[in-house]
Amino acid sequence: MLATARTFTLDGISARPVRVEVDVHRGLPGFAIVGLPDAAVREARERVRAALVNCGFQFPLSRVVVNLAPASLRKAGPGMDLAIAAALLCASEQLEWEGMERFAFAGELALDGQVRPIYGALAIAEAAREDGVGSIVVPAENGPEAALAGGVEVVPLGSVAELPALAVGARGPEPMPLRLRPDPAPGAPDLADLRGQPHLRHALEVAAAGGHSLLMVGPPGAGKSLAASRLPSILPPLSETEALEVARVASATGRLGGGLPAGRPFRAPHHTISAAGLIGGGTPPRPGEITLAHRGVLFLDELCEFRREVLEALRAPLEAGEVSIVRASGRRRLPCRFMLVAASNPCPCGRGEEDPDCTCLASSVQRYQGKLSGALADRIDLLAAVAQPSAEEIGGASGESSATVRERVRAARERQEARLGHGRCNAEMTAAEVRGCELDPAAAALLADLYERRRLSGRAHDRALRLARTVADLAGAARIGEGEMAQALQLRRRDRA
Amino acid sequence: MPESRACVECLRRSWLLSLLGPYLEKTATGAVGRRSPELLRLRNEDLVEVVAPSAGKEMIRRVGALGEGWFAERLDEAECWAICRHDDRFPPGLRDAADAPWALLGRGDPALVEAIEPTAAITVVGSRRATSYGREVARDLARELATAGLVVVSGLAFGIDACAHRGALDAGGKTIAVLGCGPDTSYPAAHRALWRKIAETGAVISELPPGSTPWRWSFPARNRVMAALAGMTVVVEAAAKSGSLITADLAAELGRDLGAVPGPVASRASAGPNELLAGGACVVRDAQDVLDAMLGAGARPLQRTGPPLDPGLAKVLAAVEAGATNADAVATAIDLPPGGAAAALARLELLGYLSTTPIGTVTRTLLAAG
Repeated sequence: MLATARTFTLDGISARPVRVEVDVHRGLPGFAIVGLPDAAVREARERVRAALVNCGFQFPLSRVVVNLAPASLRKAGPGMDLAIAAALLCASEQLEWEGMERFAFAGELALDGQVRPIYGALAIAEAAREDGVGSIVVPAENGPEAALAGGVEVVPLGSVAELPALAVGARGPEPMPLRLRPDPAPGAPDLADLRGQPHLRHALEVAAAGGHSLLMVGPPGAGKSLAASRLPSILPPLSETEALEVARVASATGRLGGGLPAGRPFRAPHHTISAAGLIGGGTPPRPGEITLAHRGVLFLDELCEFRREVLEALRAPLEAGEVSIVRASGRRRLPCRFMLVAASNPCPCGRGEEDPDCTCLASSVQRYQGKLSGALADRIDLLAAVAQPSAEEIGGASGESSATVRERVRAARERQEARLGHGRCNAEMTAAEVRGCELDPAAAALLADLYERRRLSGRAHDRALRLARTVADLAGAARIGEGEMAQALQLRRRDRA
Repeated sequence: MPESRACVECLRRSWLLSLLGPYLEKTATGAVGRRSPELLRLRNEDLVEVVAPSAGKEMIRRVGALGEGWFAERLDEAECWAICRHDDRFPPGLRDAADAPWALLGRGDPALVEAIEPTAAITVVGSRRATSYGREVARDLARELATAGLVVVSGLAFGIDACAHRGALDAGGKTIAVLGCGPDTSYPAAHRALWRKIAETGAVISELPPGSTPWRWSFPARNRVMAALAGMTVVVEAAAKSGSLITADLAAELGRDLGAVPGPVASRASAGPNELLAGGACVVRDAQDVLDAMLGAGARPLQRTGPPLDPGLAKVLAAVEAGATNADAVATAIDLPPGGAAAALARLELLGYLSTTPIGTVTRTLLAAG
């Protein structure tokens, strides 16, 4: 006899519908799965068999063929176990389920029939809603996460043994949706930990206010990593849609274990990372670090140590806010709207050429700094030279807390949104919008002077204007004044030596 | 293409040195520093006797067979000119040096090299591994000396040399690069753009023929040319044992003025010049010191004061002079509002008092406060 069940397979961070067809017919006893299964799906055979038997069902002594349709789509992961088990029970006439086509199933089975949590329950529930599924059966642990999707009934299931009860309409209460946490958790890293270094704090604030990417250059131990890790805490809180986007990525990569991580994500991949690891890749494509940093901060420590092709690969996604990964089976788009923060030593030994103990060769320093100005140079707006804070500064009073700074940043972002439209910030201004910025005559003169005398490139000119606009937004000024322009000129990243 | 003004005998010498390159390298190793200028004093026959007794005779025979037409063709191909010690217009500075090269091959403006009086040229040399202080001083010094009409001579190397050339070019002045390889190639290759710029507006010269690769011995050899060309040699930054100090020694032996830019006593990069100062070299704090030493005190005053500063900016400038190298240090030193330090530094940079390095640190220029 034939039975079908609906399920979904995870593809990137979204899910695609899959139909599980199970046919039980006479012949040599056997169990075959067809339809481009990966190793984990193929192994469902053993899990399903053991789970059914251990829950008191019969495993049919007949020929069992499982087809996963569409046959052209590659199916991955153990999430299809539950659908296979349900369809098999119907096909072997151990279960009678009126209206089963309204249901979809997602879950991994343990050998004792328990339903184990899966990755991407939120994406699956959303896909189920789009696909017109009435109820989606998910592992009990994934219930709250799946309920975030809305518009589809979520049925948490603890064990295969509960399927017969479910088939006759027995339902527990629907799980409460997971609480979104747009604000950083209390006790998260706070900007107050950064003592002294007023200029670095200011650079962080400007970067956060305008969404500008930031490069910090200084010796090891000068507080670069500390500063970068505090950046998410001064960014404005996530909006509801943004928080949902963050949750979707976290769900698809299995990082929702202990509830949704609070606030904006902060990712700091090691410099040995591959291009695929950073921007996403593999078959089927898995999201990379930049997607994990979506709506948050991507911190590249030791920028010069990253492989060139890795940094080059970062270019297009940084511009577009999404990364598209093309495989023979099609193209996936993964979101990656993040703030880039990078840090570097001033020279290979890290001491800096000013230090008498620096032993780097001239050519190696040049190559190193050349990498700095080559790597992503045109994508980085702000440059902050960081020096070791003095003993008094380290021992001194702690600085302003993240909450205070975040309030100013939020106000500046509101001004930008009022001017540019919802969700946009100064770093994203188009050339036309940049030219439209209002300038004091004195500020205009300052910029023109620099442009003429220092042969500033057009891009550097626009970068200075964007930064000046952000500094003015922080100050609450409608027009860019001379002071704001001067600040921006010092904060901007220099083109080259 | 200006025709060659060098006699065949002197051109043969250049090509002979190029052929002898690896042999000289072997002989000169160990005491590379001092020996190659001394070796190069020798006449052809004696030179090959010392460095390549077996293969050398054959080399002399080979270059001896080369004729005027062949040299003219090679020079034409490489777009180079040549001048030799038998020509009236051979630089007088090289004429009175015992170990002067026989011929100079070059690219760019031959008139600049011909008849260049030592009093009209200044050699600026220093460490390849220079600090931003050294770079800034070298560039400023060269800029002002070029403005004052002097030709800036240096060696196109990384660090101080390149800054000296760039400073002269900034001011629209003349500069000569003396190379340790043929004049038609840039060594280091990374300075190709600079090399081209110098060849366009000034001159690039060498005692080796076009196509020659650089050797370890050829750098002390070109140092003696740099030392002899100019009336004064200024060492900006140099480690305790460095090629720049060889240039300084050679200049002193020739009776040229020797200047050094003082640096922090703890800085390895300034150990060389500080040592020279202790030994009696002229203190060079700015271009005026150089002009005074070369031409006599007050002979040619320089105009180098910047625009007047308001008290706030003057305070920031004082903080930088006291050792603050970034905005954080300035902001902590004089308690400015956030962003205030950045704005003040930007204004000072625009006024010419400061310059910013590509890694964001600031350096004081030589411009005196008005």
